[in-house]
Amino acid sequence: MRVETRRQARPLFRSARRQTISERVRRLIPNEAKKRLIEVVGAENYDDTKAGRLVYSYDATPQFQSLPDAVIAPRNTQEVAEIAKICNEYRIPIVPRGSGTNLCAGTCPVEGGVVLLFKHMNRILEIDEENLTATVQPGVVTLDLMKAVEEKGLFYPPDPSSMKISTIGGNINENSGGLRGLKYGVTRDYVLGLEVVLANGDVIRTGGKLAKDVAGYDLTRLFVGSEGTLGIITEATLKLIPMPETKQTMLALYQDLEAAARSVSKIIANKIIPATLEFLDQPTLEVVEDYARIGLPTDVKAVLLIEQDGPKEVVERDMKKMADICRSEQAVSVQLARSEEEAEALRTARRSALSALARLKPTTILEDATVPRSEIAKMVKAINEIAAKYQVKICTFGHAGDGNLHPTCPTDARDRDEMERVEKAFEEIFSKAIELGGTITGEHGVGAMKAPYLEWKLGPAGIAAMKAIKQALDPNNIMNPGKVFAKSTRKRVVVTR
Amino acid sequence: MTSKTEQALIQKAFQERMDEDELMNCMRCGFCLPSCPTYIESGRQEAQSPRGRIALMKAVVDGLIEPDEEVERALNLCLGCRACEPVCPSGVRYGHLLEEARDIIAQHKKMPLPVRLIRKLVFAGLFPHQERMRKATALLGWYQRSGLRTFVRKIGLLRLLPASFRQMERVLPDVPTAKEMKERPHRLGPDGTVKKRVAFFAGCLMDTMFMATNDATLRLLQLAGCEVIIPPSQGCCGALHGHGGEKAMAKELAKRNIAAFEQLDVDYIVTNAGGCGAFLLEYGHLLKNDPQWCERAAAFAAKIKDISEVLVELGFDQRPLRVAPQTVTYQDSCHLRNVMKTVSAPRRLLRAIEGIEFREMKDADRCCGSAGIYNLVEPEMSMQILDYKMEMAKQTNATTIVTANPGCLLQMKLGIERVGWTGKVRAVHIVDLLLEAVEGAQAAKEEERIRKTS
Repeated sequence: MRVETRRQARPLFRSARRQTISERVRRLIPNEAKKRLIEVVGAENYDDTKAGRLVYSYDATPQFQSLPDAVIAPRNTQEVAEIAKICNEYRIPIVPRGSGTNLCAGTCPVEGGVVLLFKHMNRILEIDEENLTATVQPGVVTLDLMKAVEEKGLFYPPDPSSMKISTIGGNINENSGGLRGLKYGVTRDYVLGLEVVLANGDVIRTGGKLAKDVAGYDLTRLFVGSEGTLGIITEATLKLIPMPETKQTMLALYQDLEAAARSVSKIIANKIIPATLEFLDQPTLEVVEDYARIGLPTDVKAVLLIEQDGPKEVVERDMKKMADICRSEQAVSVQLARSEEEAEALRTARRSALSALARLKPTTILEDATVPRSEIAKMVKAINEIAAKYQVKICTFGHAGDGNLHPTCPTDARDRDEMERVEKAFEEIFSKAIELGGTITGEHGVGAMKAPYLEWKLGPAGIAAMKAIKQALDPNNIMNPGKVFAKSTRKRVVVTR
Repeated sequence: MTSKTEQALIQKAFQERMDEDELMNCMRCGFCLPSCPTYIESGRQEAQSPRGRIALMKAVVDGLIEPDEEVERALNLCLGCRACEPVCPSGVRYGHLLEEARDIIAQHKKMPLPVRLIRKLVFAGLFPHQERMRKATALLGWYQRSGLRTFVRKIGLLRLLPASFRQMERVLPDVPTAKEMKERPHRLGPDGTVKKRVAFFAGCLMDTMFMATNDATLRLLQLAGCEVIIPPSQGCCGALHGHGGEKAMAKELAKRNIAAFEQLDVDYIVTNAGGCGAFLLEYGHLLKNDPQWCERAAAFAAKIKDISEVLVELGFDQRPLRVAPQTVTYQDSCHLRNVMKTVSAPRRLLRAIEGIEFREMKDADRCCGSAGIYNLVEPEMSMQILDYKMEMAKQTNATTIVTANPGCLLQMKLGIERVGWTGKVRAVHIVDLLLEAVEGAQAAKEEERIRKTS
């Protein structure tokens, strides 16, 4: 019965109608359950006031908002397990939430229930210099961990743009990427072991401080990127690596977008893996410069931000080689950052791209269609054609080195006609990405936002396999329901070209 | 308690008056969270963050929630430091949203009689009238000098007051006499040739309780080569009113100041209080819907400049400045930094002083918890924020904490008192320290001359 009273997950782009959050007909948390939950965490860590719930009704995804029934902040794993047991018994959805910076509506409580906060579970438990690992609680802020390990000369590479405030728990659940993904991989590549509370309240440990471990299924990898739909991560052991000795940053400017894309492919084909290989197109450059004011050129069609790190000789050799490649591909200018401040300013500018785009219009739709890196030029070209076809503005930036692009559309949710065209344009972009051997999302996750498109990538059998796993671990569907799996799949746009 | 009818009125006013574009501009990226002192000090409560507060305001506008006690609590607990604005990639002007929301609530909520009386007395009866400010300050001076203070402290009468008031009483500066406050100059010529012609915004508290700092400011401007006009018809900037839900009164004060300054042919209007300067700078926004005043307000605002910026522009950091050897740290005034964007000028001046070892404290840009009258109305959070600030100050081993706003200055003194550093660490306004350094350099030069001739 309860399912019927819950609202449907929202489609990707809601029309311009004012958002309304209707109270569900029946409260999801009976008084008895509330009493028991308060017994577990204490009254000060249970909030079901209207304002208290409102502020956890959203994350960084536009157009998604839904009130939870309560917000709970457990203090330890034992309390999380108790909460899971109670919620499982009463079929109350659980939505684990870090800082709510994800872009797939992964932490929007679309079916109500309790939002789980990790503000008390935010300690770095250990930095093991012998095994090169860090063991942390899920609420640790990503940048805080990076700084803590850097003090010991160590390096935790995954660096999502929101790292100043995102949490490790959130990063693991979303399998966050970042600027360094090309050379160093993503969050997945740095998770060695997990402590997870399952839907039935069982606490399991996967992996450990081990470089090799083939005892059973690789559950660590299964939970990384599971978006809170399989269990609640309460502790993680992360891999660290030695800090690279030096780093250099350079900027290559192009008057031709495809020439920039060709440079990317050619750098990789020449067997150089740069630490960063970022791409920004002209519309993006303009807004980033307007925001960051660091002297980025705005009269060129595209920019590549290239970094290499490692031993000094290797870095210098690679940078020279890459500069030559860029020039041979008609880069109009190739400049090396003269100081760390200058390099940091360039990186910061790139990081703020999304947000700077948000200045153009009230609503910003950011996507992360991803293709094999050899297909970058084709994808960028297709995006421009699609934008022209639907008469929408799409700025593209992204991690060119790993084929992960962020076509971004500044728009206004109140303009219903434009929103419809934006929706069609993005559907066509997803479709094109898949056609080129790519995917609908490279690093943002599926959440509620991309769920209707997941089948395009996986096919019905792929969805069925994933659902079987979900069913086995969470038979009552209390773990972040309404995410990953959609109630219905979007009709695939047929690309005729 | 806000009654249901009041809530309905507030909600209606939210829908009519809140800037919907500004609310929509927040894309909830969360980049503001690490910059928000109340978010951090509340143990990362989203309702105590800029993103959370904007979501609450928008939800009231959208009719998703009522402006109930919790909403009001979240808005009240905001310091209004605006540290979220420089880090906001979308450029949301959070301060404007907060100001409007607080005004709506204050104007529609029936407050208890004592609160209403106090608000009326302070907002309408005292601050807009400079002669009353002087009288009140003179009364304070009499309390300080007559022996009453010693008596009151001795018999422990102050124990009847809340702790934050008690401590505040201890750190108030020794104020000038009524006679001194009356004889204020209206025009001062420069030392040497005129490099700039400026007007000085004296402020209400600054020209009474902190008169010595104003005098130091005027002296520095003269030394830097400024002809200084101090129009007597100016008054309180209205920041206290604007931030406290009394926008209508703030507008009247703004008009009075604009009228007082606009006829003057000056390069800048100089301020020495970040809180006032920032509010003056936004007169254009305050009066944007008033066709008779909006342009005049914008012209006025365009001339506002902090004293440190003016001094740096006139090369004050090149002249001999000297104090006894000491370690110095600088606490940013939030509004000077986040609204007026004055960040490097004060630091540059401090570094130019011989004898000073300047050490930046961690999170110098984080609010000290003074925030206008926040430390009086929200003492608990304010003191929590202050204690963190003192911890950061301690790590620098500074014996002098410099600020650029009277509220911050008092708060630093309060902090020093709280951690028992009185006598070991001092808090000063940057202009007072600069004047000390000018005099120090002159004394050193004099000494040198005497040593040479004897």
